[in-house]
Amino acid sequence: MAQHQVNYLKDGGLPVALTSIDKVVNWGRSNSIWALTYGLACCGIEMMASGASRYDFDRFGTIFRASPRQADVMIVAGTLTKKHAEFIRRLYDQMTEPKWVISMGSCANTGGMFNTYATVQGVDRVIPVDLYLPGCAPRPESLQYAVMLLQKKIRSEKAIKAQKPKRLM
Amino acid sequence: MRPYTPKDDVQKKSYYTDRYWVAPQVPKSDVSEDAVFAADHAALRAHFEILEDYIQRGQMVIYIHPKDNYAVLEFLRDHCGYTQLSELSAIDWIAQRGGFEVFYQMLSMTKKKRIRVKCFIGEHEAINSVEKLFRSADWSEREMYDMFGIKVNNHPFMKRILMPDDWEGFPLRKTYPLQGDEFAAWYEVDRIFGKEARDIIGPEIRDTARVDRYDTERFAQLGHEVPKGSTFDPNQPKTPLAYQEEGGVFLIEGFDETKSKIISDRKR
Ligand code: SF4
Repeated sequence: MAQHQVNYLKDGGLPVALTSIDKVVNWGRSNSIWALTYGLACCGIEMMASGASRYDFDRFGTIFRASPRQADVMIVAGTLTKKHAEFIRRLYDQMTEPKWVISMGSCANTGGMFNTYATVQGVDRVIPVDLYLPGCAPRPESLQYAVMLLQKKIRSEKAIKAQKPKRLM
Repeated sequence: MRPYTPKDDVQKKSYYTDRYWVAPQVPKSDVSEDAVFAADHAALRAHFEILEDYIQRGQMVIYIHPKDNYAVLEFLRDHCGYTQLSELSAIDWIAQRGGFEVFYQMLSMTKKKRIRVKCFIGEHEAINSVEKLFRSADWSEREMYDMFGIKVNNHPFMKRILMPDDWEGFPLRKTYPLQGDEFAAWYEVDRIFGKEARDIIGPEIRDTARVDRYDTERFAQLGHEVPKGSTFDPNQPKTPLAYQEEGGVFLIEGFDETKSKIISDRKR
């Protein structure tokens, strides 16, 4: 993980006073978090299991989308290689605001067991992360818990926040 | 990007050496012991110079001159029935012998035999492509170039295959550090944000022993919901898992742990 404090949430503006408009908008947002299908390695299998019938992500309003333009949350499920780092940033930049990132599994959090030259040591070196989900691989229940925590976080944010200047490649 | 500077053999250091240890050798036998191999060997020797030959683990190994590699493989394919090239790569002998050993692993489906053809090239020498003979050599030769830096002449698309195109260094050489050189360590930061972001993002944390259980900056505490950056007291009572704020959320059903049922029949 990034050793230095990167102030990703600079414009998030916490603590905030929420108005009823914020509450309505956040209620809508938190119950329709569309996720970008982003399985990079074995954690992707657990992410797919969470989306399938037994764990049923749809009841949280979380539907997997194949395009970053339609997605609200990027679940980084798996090992990020250095070759791919450029593309994760590009996909993140293509997602429309507001957007969130869940870093799923040890590999995405810290590089995990791949302490080698070719693995990015934590996706937060490349994109800002809202929620770190530990485990190798985290079970679908943990991913559900992470999504529920993210919903809780979304409900505590101001609905209209300043758009961060985006950095394109 | 800065050029790659060669380092000493960084992976060579041994943690323990036994003074009386002798490296085990896989026994080798003479080629004449196997009639099929002996016939192939005789046919080859009529056309090419064979530097060394033996049978090891039921496979014939022959050493040839690197300039002969295309002709030898063509001969083996067309006249000896070794119609498949199952593997092709190199071995780094730079420190001991100043070059690479390139090997071609051949398979004959009719004879049910395998032959390994080896040749030795210097560190800066190139080798001829066998891609025209075996399509499988296409990616293998690119991988050999990517991992060892061995250039292959007459290859249709001589480019890196696994590492990014602008990568510096050849990762499977013994001089390449496992955790990457400086170029590798900063690759994604340099590529995406530019060099000036190095100070902000900071170096990679590679120390696997660096685990602080009570670090609330980076790790969650199971069963405790502790604000980020606060001090964590391990004796504090557990927080019940709360998925929702107090008061609930409009139209969304809250989870009541006391009413939940644990399924004992996993096949349900
Ligand atoms: S954290 Fe474990 S399960 Fe997930 S991608 Fe890495 S190795 Fe695979």
